[in-house]
Amino acid sequence: MKRFRELLKKSDNYIAGIPAAPGLVIGHAHLFTKEILSVTDAAADDVEAAVVSFHEAVAKAKKELNKILNYAKAKMGEERSEIFSAQLMILDDEILLGNIEQHIVQEKKQPEFIVHREMNVFLDMMRHSSDTYFRERANDIEDIKNRIIRNLQKKRLQSQVTPGVIIVSESLTPADTLLLSKWDIKGYVTDRGGLTSHAAILARSLDIPAVVGTHNCTHRINQDDLLIIDGFHGYVFVNPTEPQLAFFNEKIEKMREINQELKELKDKPSQTTDGHEIDIFANVDVTGEIDLVIANNAKGIGLFRTEQIIEEFGELPDEELQKQIYYNLSTRVYPRSVTIRAFDIGGDKVKIIDYPEANPFLGSRGIRFLLDNPLIFKTQIRALLRANIHNNIHFMIPMVSTVDEVKKTKQLIKECIHELQEKNQEYKKLTKLGIMIEVPSAAVMARQFAREVDFFSIGTNDLIQYIMAVDRGNDAVSGLYQEFNPAVLNTLKHIINAANEAGIQISMCGEMAADNQALPILIGLGLKSISASPSAIHSLKRTIRAVPYEKAVELAQKALELSSQEEVQHLLLQFFEEHNIPRTRTILKFI
Amino acid sequence: MIETTVDIINKAGLHTRPSATIVKLAARHKAEFFISKDGLRINGKSIIGVMTLAAGQGSQLVLEFDGPDEQEMANEILDYFKRGFDEL
Repeated sequence: MKRFRELLKKSDNYIAGIPAAPGLVIGHAHLFTKEILSVTDAAADDVEAAVVSFHEAVAKAKKELNKILNYAKAKMGEERSEIFSAQLMILDDEILLGNIEQHIVQEKKQPEFIVHREMNVFLDMMRHSSDTYFRERANDIEDIKNRIIRNLQKKRLQSQVTPGVIIVSESLTPADTLLLSKWDIKGYVTDRGGLTSHAAILARSLDIPAVVGTHNCTHRINQDDLLIIDGFHGYVFVNPTEPQLAFFNEKIEKMREINQELKELKDKPSQTTDGHEIDIFANVDVTGEIDLVIANNAKGIGLFRTEQIIEEFGELPDEELQKQIYYNLSTRVYPRSVTIRAFDIGGDKVKIIDYPEANPFLGSRGIRFLLDNPLIFKTQIRALLRANIHNNIHFMIPMVSTVDEVKKTKQLIKECIHELQEKNQEYKKLTKLGIMIEVPSAAVMARQFAREVDFFSIGTNDLIQYIMAVDRGNDAVSGLYQEFNPAVLNTLKHIINAANEAGIQISMCGEMAADNQALPILIGLGLKSISASPSAIHSLKRTIRAVPYEKAVELAQKALELSSQEEVQHLLLQFFEEHNIPRTRTILKFI
Repeated sequence: MIETTVDIINKAGLHTRPSATIVKLAARHKAEFFISKDGLRINGKSIIGVMTLAAGQGSQLVLEFDGPDEQEMANEILDYFKRGFDEL
């Protein structure tokens, strides 16, 4: 990291933007300028023929979009393809089409001129909206307009692109992003767009590095310029210098080596040197990552954060859509299991209802919010019950602080089952019910909770913040956020013991679970499984395979007796050296 | 004719999905249906029109229903607005 900042300081040939999709690539620029469609208000000699060709152009646009929709569904799943369905609806808008037809007949002008003028009325209004969501939709409408005009002019989209280039463009429509990816594109750089633009979401799903929102990349980059894209930090280096090339080539080479080395671990068991098995699950945020889960041979999905769905759709999805999402997810990973966490709304997470709280981290979050908003909670529960066709869905409740909250949740689940039975809808009971342990009261009461649920998953990020009473976003105190503080370790020990004694499953899904350095202690404390980002799986497995279980137990015993984080870290360092354990952290993510 | 004012109460506003639902509800009735927001008046049976309203949470819309089955249509559509597009 330090070297990157130094390099940046010495450079003046870079363009900064928003890191929209991670990765490093070097390649040549291809300026993707969309042909500017020119329309004139020339008269249409044959009005009848003009109307016919207008309808033909619309029909052809529909056909094209249907093709893209199907391609998108196959590549990214139903939900992410919805944008194309919305575009298709506009092509079925009878009021709009009727209006255009009427103008063609009345004014006797070329149909493309009328299409251009009439659709721009809507386009201009959307462009002026104060809301980003609606401004983004203007691009979708423009895409439709251009499609119809292009068809009227019988021009084909010039999408002949040399394979392996980096696309540089003012903006990209979802259809562009998707279709261009067929040409083995190395990366995307755009003037406009943000993290939530559809093109950015697609680039992430397609695993193609992208830097968006650079404002002026199309002016600063020429055709065939050599570019380095750093999709981790959001920088594009134009015609890089020797030192810059050397720096990034080294990084890319290192990433490749590690990737290769780690891939070889894929089919090897995840067990300690003395044969003690530790299950590795994956945390999944976007559907695209499911392929990684399968490729990396994870045991299943250990955490699917449903609030991401709200973020992505910009709304709370209804029961049908949720059911579809959960069903698809469980089908994709079957016969593995998927642990789906109830909407974790509040705190720093997605907020549905703007309700200012003086202390959001101590406020209406997770299960508290859900029990106060039973309609939202029950919609999700019904969707899950209906989606559990394969009997592999585990349901997890966040931010639990009292046993009563678990009991109330169980009551709601019962009510939901009853409602489904009354409506004669197909469902299957949730395979397992578990809770996140991330509040100190739940940690202390772990034995009582263990009688009520099928599994625990320790959420270390919040748990550590609450135990240490520290906001790690606050620089003044962030040093107190100590995952190796013996207070934290003793709490973990208490939770793990309670679960193991009760014979229920115990896992961990916070950042600590993805920290290779923490692994020997966690294993020694008796943790049986962990869940981490799919890209970290191989590196975690490598560490697990180097840890001797018996020694890890001794290590944990010693660590529990120490009195500071520094002492624990010192002990760990010795342990890594003594047993010759590789110490790469999750390099792939933060290289 | 029925004319009434409604508020957008759901967080995400009148985005693509509720727009589509409203147009579909409207299409089932014969009466004419117009929506106005800040002086902009669009045909409520047109998806592109409804999307263009760009009505976020807190916006106020004026709905007009005019035709033989206006009461029934108004009831159905107003109910959908009051339910916050089923996103509450």
